[in-house]
Parts: sequence; structure tokens; C-alpha cells
Amino acid sequence: MRTIDITSQSVRDLNQALHDQAPECTEREWKVLNPAGKHNIACGLDQNLSVDIMGHTGYFCGGMNKKAHLVIHGNAGQGVGENMMSGSIRVKGDASQAAGATAHGGLLVIEGNAGARCGISMKGVDIVVKGNVGHMSCFMGQAGHLVVCGDAGDALGDSLYEVQIFVKGNVKSLGADCIEKEMRAEHLQTLKELFNRSGIDEEPEAFKRYGSARNLYNFKVDNASAY
Amino acid sequence: MCGIVGLYLKNPALGPKLGALFEPMLIAMTERGPDSAGFAIYGDEVPEHWIKLTLRHPDPHFDWEALAERAKTELSAQLSWFQNANVAVFKLEADEVSARDWFAEHAKDVLILSVGRSIEILKEVGLPIEISERFSLSGMQGTHIIGHTRMATESAVTMAGSHPFSTGMDLCLVHNGSLSNHNRLRENLRREGISFETENDSEVAAGYLTWRLREGDSLKQALESALTDLDGFFTFTIGTRDGFAVIRDPIACKPAVLAETDDYVAMASEYQALTSLPGIENAKVWEPEPATVYAWERASV
Amino acid sequence: MTDINIKPGMRESATFDRNTIAEIQRAAETGIYDIRGFGAKRKVPHFDDLLFLGASMSRYPLEGYREKCNTSVTLGTRFAKKPIVIETPVTIAGMSFGALSANAKEALGRGASAVGTSTTTGDGGMTPEERGQSSKLVYQYLPSRYGMNPDDLRKADAIEVVLGQGAKPGGGGMLLGQKITDRVAMMRTLPKGVDQRSACRHPDWTGPDDLAIKIQELREITDWLVPIYIKVGATRTYYDVKLAVKAGADVIVVDGMQGGTAATQDVFIEHVGIPTLAAIPQAVQALQEMGMHRKVQLIVSGGIRNGADVAKCMALGADAVAIGTAALIALGCNHPKWQSEYEKIGSAAGFYDDYHEGKDPAGISTQDPDLMQRLDPIEGGRRIANYLRVLTLEAQTLARACGKNDLRHLEPEDLVALTVEAAAMARVPLAGTQWIPGQSF
Repeated sequence: MRTIDITSQSVRDLNQALHDQAPECTEREWKVLNPAGKHNIACGLDQNLSVDIMGHTGYFCGGMNKKAHLVIHGNAGQGVGENMMSGSIRVKGDASQAAGATAHGGLLVIEGNAGARCGISMKGVDIVVKGNVGHMSCFMGQAGHLVVCGDAGDALGDSLYEVQIFVKGNVKSLGADCIEKEMRAEHLQTLKELFNRSGIDEEPEAFKRYGSARNLYNFKVDNASAY
Repeated sequence: MCGIVGLYLKNPALGPKLGALFEPMLIAMTERGPDSAGFAIYGDEVPEHWIKLTLRHPDPHFDWEALAERAKTELSAQLSWFQNANVAVFKLEADEVSARDWFAEHAKDVLILSVGRSIEILKEVGLPIEISERFSLSGMQGTHIIGHTRMATESAVTMAGSHPFSTGMDLCLVHNGSLSNHNRLRENLRREGISFETENDSEVAAGYLTWRLREGDSLKQALESALTDLDGFFTFTIGTRDGFAVIRDPIACKPAVLAETDDYVAMASEYQALTSLPGIENAKVWEPEPATVYAWERASV
Repeated sequence: MTDINIKPGMRESATFDRNTIAEIQRAAETGIYDIRGFGAKRKVPHFDDLLFLGASMSRYPLEGYREKCNTSVTLGTRFAKKPIVIETPVTIAGMSFGALSANAKEALGRGASAVGTSTTTGDGGMTPEERGQSSKLVYQYLPSRYGMNPDDLRKADAIEVVLGQGAKPGGGGMLLGQKITDRVAMMRTLPKGVDQRSACRHPDWTGPDDLAIKIQELREITDWLVPIYIKVGATRTYYDVKLAVKAGADVIVVDGMQGGTAATQDVFIEHVGIPTLAAIPQAVQALQEMGMHRKVQLIVSGGIRNGADVAKCMALGADAVAIGTAALIALGCNHPKWQSEYEKIGSAAGFYDDYHEGKDPAGISTQDPDLMQRLDPIEGGRRIANYLRVLTLEAQTLARACGKNDLRHLEPEDLVALTVEAAAMARVPLAGTQWIPGQSF
């Protein structure tokens, strides 16, 4: 276990030390002390590391993560896990807006609430939020799964492509081209696996599924008002 | 484009430490706004029928004593004053209009930064740490305080373009974002008798609120109508004599974090500005919802 | 295109001319705005309206071909550990695989590499063909983040954060279903055949204060090695350039309204943005006021066609230029040899702009496997290299004539304007006078 304290070392020092593990891993377990809301902590990792961040983080924590497993023991700022490719990020507190934006893969678990635009333009990541998500979540979502155990804000899944969205609580409103869909056995199975992977205890049967009506996939003049 | 911070004390016992608690919050927002910085501090309230003006002169050796003597005689008002760097705070027994008119006529080089019973605004071009030190922020006392660090977008990096903006009694506003219809709105507000010193979009927002309050809106009503009339992206923090408020536009792209404990309510563009506050680990921390007014007010005295 | 049936007495309206009438009738029939590729087609003040003052008596010209005139430029000297050195200040602008065929992307890479300059990816990610053939490759970071991944980011020689482009400042992208083939769909994680709409803002940051943090993130991920460019469409250029500097850019790319696109609304292409000529002095003024001219490099694009355009950009203060549409034309876009093919799709050589339809007879702006074969990437690369060499030689010729041993020694004082409009925009005097409209009286 290697510990880096951000009060005595810079974020640059931390990230360089973590990046140095990419070609050859010599230290798998890392602990980051006093993150104090600083930006760009542990971004661009490319190794099967386990990183515990002991406090709140600023923008883009874990950005573009590959392979590494991050746990944020606090709240995460804007764009946590943006464009993540693989590995996992767990936020013990709340996440700010654009959590998991454009992420291609891996697992993002938010134990508190997520702000606006959670999973915006997501491209294959799995996101599980124990609390609520804010407005415009999953806007233009392309692929992957978004699971919300609480409520969803306005315009959920606006201009959606192929993300599957599951919500247990209330949806304030659905965005353009997003509709409720039938929950079939394979979806219950998908949810069950997501709960297993994220260590969250929920009953898949309590959730509703939302997805794209696919009406905006090709322009039709009668849909013009939805653009 | 900027960083904004605010601290409203629920526990009056913290009043003597307001400046000390607030200084690191302002400095933490340096990267969001390296061009200028400023703050509006509330406290040291003058009695009814008195007002307090924060005045600035570009010359640090300006003879405030002489100006005070003239004001006292010509306005035939009781007056006391003190100086802080190149800013002076005048307290006098007068109404807002006659005081503004007198200074406009007799002290053309003096810029009125604020008028009210409680507010003092201090702002300058430069880094937040320089501004804090220049005005000895860490020693200041009060009830609440709002600050701003500026990255100038379209209007110039000048003293006049610095925040906070005040256009009415005890009202001030700081802004992160960019308004897209402020020019036409400024013209309309000028016709309503609101005056503007700059081409800055944030000053228009402050002027808009002054106008709505003058027309009889409550602060909440004024902010709700701002959601309709102001276009663009904004997170505002607004100070009034009795409290402060936070509001974001309906799209809510510009960041904002609120924290509340039994002792205080704090607002910042980024969480890192809150980390120095006592008890922040156990505070309720959340992001304000879009198009929603958050306001804290103490009962008016 | 024939006027043979028009007789005296038949008068065409200047307001409702034939193009306008056709557009109103097209709109009424389809109910959708006109989407097309290419850049602005309207006439705007341009580099043709400027002339150089060659040396004669008061200045001494340099001997062509013998006396040295440097063309190499280093980009990204502000923060990057590994700045890019280009041998000619003409780079290839960002154009996506998806909008262009893989062969076209490869040809651009080959051509640029042959003359030691850089090429740029586009909205849709980096292809192995492109990376393999480009010795210096700039990786675009766009709002959609299609195909965006950290491996390619780390393979790039520079990163270009795109806020906008000259053809459509403030607008998102559009790639119609015909071009979303299996490979394009896979790279962009989209269902095959959908109309792909790209966002106009980045998903995880808004404004220059957030951009400063985003730039830091990109630097952190790439360990501060490569330069970070910021690309903006030319509108409020003076302010945008200042903010890009404040946000921490190494290089600023300003794309004027004549800059091309693969597909967007015609109304956007023709009615938004300012001419390239007008943008450069604004950008240079902003850099000079911040003490950053030449420290943060300025790349200019939008309607650059020949070495004179290159030299004029440099004289106005740019460090380099980028070409897009001109490079496609060099590859064979709108070539007369495809005239009969253009006619089949309702166009003509010299008029073709329906890049979004993916039916390009020249095999450039298409994903059709048969059409694509018409462009040989090796031959195409040779054409690009030839064209880049001509641009460089022409620019050098003009610089030598003005007595400069380096293209970057050209100055605004080497230029005069032919029209009052160009004089005002470029901030150089009207030829034969000392009058710069708006600056002096």
C-alpha cells in the first residue's frame, strides 16, 4: 500500500506516480489523502490498480479510467469518470453533474445522488445510482445501462440512442424520444447482474425500464417539433 | 466566467470570524477568476435614516477628510467615516438619492461601490490573495459575505467590471456564466431609471433585480421573474441586508455547491472552496437544482 | 447552368433570384432545412482583396531559390514538453473519418507527412490508417467524443479541443444515415444508418473557467507532453482568443466563416461567423495585448487556397494556416473528369457540395466501398504533397520579394488593400493611401 497526501504532494505528482504503473505494476494498492476537492485526481490511469481517495474530489476524478478501481470516500465533482473505458469507480457520497459523461465501459457506482446530465452521451458504461439523478440524465445516451434506485429529474433520456435505463422511483418527465418499455426476463437478469456487480441490494422487479422510441433515428418531417 | 463564494452565518457568535472564515474560500477560487476579485460584506449596520456608502478613488492619497467635511456641511448631515486602502466608508444621516446626487456632482472621480445600511463592497483588479490582503479581509466582522473572482469574458478587465455589482440599497449580485440578452435588457432598464456604469452582463442582472424590487417584488418573486427575462447561463448569488440567495438558470451548466450546518450556509462554485470551513465534513452538502430559488433570511429588524 | 433561354425583357429579381426561388420551393416540398457540405459560398471580403508591397528601392528583395527563406514553425512552446515542429506552416485541418473515406484520410496523412506538416483527426476518432500514415497527427477532442479514447489520446502529437468551427460556430454536427456504415457506426457506438446528431456543447464542461480545468485534465492524462490547441469558429474572436489564452491553450486555431464542413444547415454556413480576413487582426490584437503573440501560436483556416493566401495570413500575424476544402479539391473533389457522374446526382463539377449524402463521385466524402476505390491513397497522398509544396513555394516567393528570410517576418505593413471593406477588416491601408478605415483618418 502506497499513500500519497495531496497536502504535501501535488496532483501532478500523484498522477505521474499512478501513470508510472502502466507499463509494469509494482504497487497495486494506493491511498490518496486530503483530496480537498482538487481537480483531475487519478485521471488517465491505465493499470489494474486499486485507489482509495479519502475525501471529496473536484472535476474529472478518474477521467478516462482504464482497468483501475477507484473508491471516492466522499463527494465527487463534475464529470467523475468521464469517458471511462473499463475498471470501476465507486462514489461513496454524491456526484456532481455529468457523472460518467461519454464513458465507454466499466462500472460507475454512486451511492448518494447524482446531479444533472448523469450519463450524458454515455457509450457503453454501466452506471448504478443508489439515490436520485438530476435533469437531462442520459441525454443522447448511446450504449450501456443507467440504473437509478431513487427518482429521475426532468427530461430523462432525451434524444436517446440505445442505452437501457432502469428507474425505481418517480421520473419527473421523459425527454424527447424516450419511452417506458416492457420489462422482460432478460432485463430482470441484466439488472440482477448489475446489482451483483455493484454490491447494491435491490429487487429488479421494483424497477421500470425506459428506452428509445427510435422515432428520431431518421428525419421525418412530422417529428420536426421534437428537434 | 468566474468563481463565486458566499457565507451566511446562522450562529451570530461566528460574526467576529467572518472575514477569517471567508478569506480562504475566496482564494480557493483563484484559478476560476485570475483577473479581479471582490466581496460584499454585511454588518456594522447604521441606524434607520442613515446610510453607508463605500467609495473608491483611484489615488490612494486622496483627501477623504476634506471630502467628508464638505459632505457634512453641504448635506448638513451627521457623518463618520473610515478608510481602507483606497476605499472609504462614509456613514451619514441622509437618503440614498440625495447622497448619490451630491457625490455625483461634487466628487466626480469618486466611484460609489455600494449604498445601503449594512453593505460594504471592496473590489479591485488583481489576484484574490492580493485583494484580500489589501483590504485586510481576514480581520473583518459581519453577518454574511459574498465574493467573486473574475475571468473577464467580453467586458474589459477593469475595476468597474469587477464584481460584486450593486445597483440598489444593500443589494449585490455575483455571477458565474454569460448572459445572452443583456444589451437590449440594459436599454429597457435604463428607460426605467436604472443606471449602469459598465457594459458588463452581470451588472444588468443586478440592475434587473433592483428594478423588480423597486416595483414591489419580494426577492423570491424578483428571482423567479429573472428566470424568464434573463437569457443565457448563470449561477447567481445575491446578497441583501438580511440574507442571501442562490439561483441557477434552467439548464444549470455553471457549477454551484451549497453546504449547511447549524452555524452557517455556504455557497461556492466548487467544493474545494468549502474545505476550510469548520464542520464541513458533517455539513449537508448539495447542488442547487436548476431554476430554483434558495434563500436564507433573518427576520428584519 | 445555361442562360440560353433568357431573352431581353425577362428580368430576374435580385431579391428573389433563381437560387432563392429554388430554395423556397424545396423547403415547401420537404419541410426540412437544406443540409449540405462545403463552406460559405457567398462573396465576402477575402485575401484576394489584399496585395503585397514587394521590395524595390527602399527594401531589398531576396534571391529566389538561393537565399534562405525559412518556413518551419514550432507549435506548442508554451507548456508542452514536446512541441510540434512543422516544416511548412500549412497544416491539414480536422476532417472526420466518416465524413471522409478511409482512403481520403490516409491520403491526407501521406501528403502531410511527405512535406513534414501535420494532419488532424475529426469527429469520429482516429483510424489506424490515419495514425500510421501521419508523422504528426493532431487528435481532435469534440463535444460528441465519438471514438474518443485515452489510448489514441496518448498516441497523438497534439490535442485540439474543438469549441466550434467556422462553417457553424455555435452549432453541432450532423451526419446523415447514409454515411453511418458498419465501420463508422462501430467507431461511434451508434446504430447503423441513423442520422447522427452531434452536440454543440461539450458534455462535461461549459465556459472558459471550466475549460481551464478540462485542459489540465488532458495535460494530466498525457503527462504534459503534447501541445493543447483550442479551436474556435470566428465570431467574437478578440474575446475568444483572450479566453483561450487564460484557459491555458498552447495553440489557438481560428476558423473563419469560409471554412468547410461535412454537413450542416445551409442557413448556418452562410449566415453565421465572420470572414477569415476579419478574424486574424482581432486574434492577433488579443494575443499582443496579453504579451502572448508568437508565444501562444495562432493557426488560421477558412478559405485558404494558394500561397498568396498563406503569406497574407502570416503577414497579418498567424503562425500557420490549416486547409480543409482546398485539400479535398487537391485530392480530386469537384474534378471535371467526374462531370457525367455529378450530372447523374443532379450536380456538376465545380458545384458539388452534398458531402452529407455520401455519393461523392470522387470517392472522398463517402463511405461507399465502390466509390471509395476511386481514390488511391498513394496517388492522393502525392497530390496533397504536391499541392502543399506549391503553397509553400508561392508563400516563400512572396516573402522573398518582400525581403524576408522567414515567412513569419511578413508584417501587416507589407500589405495594402484593394477595397475599403478589406482595408477595414484586415486593418491595412487602402492601396496608395495611408487610410485604414476605423483606425486612422
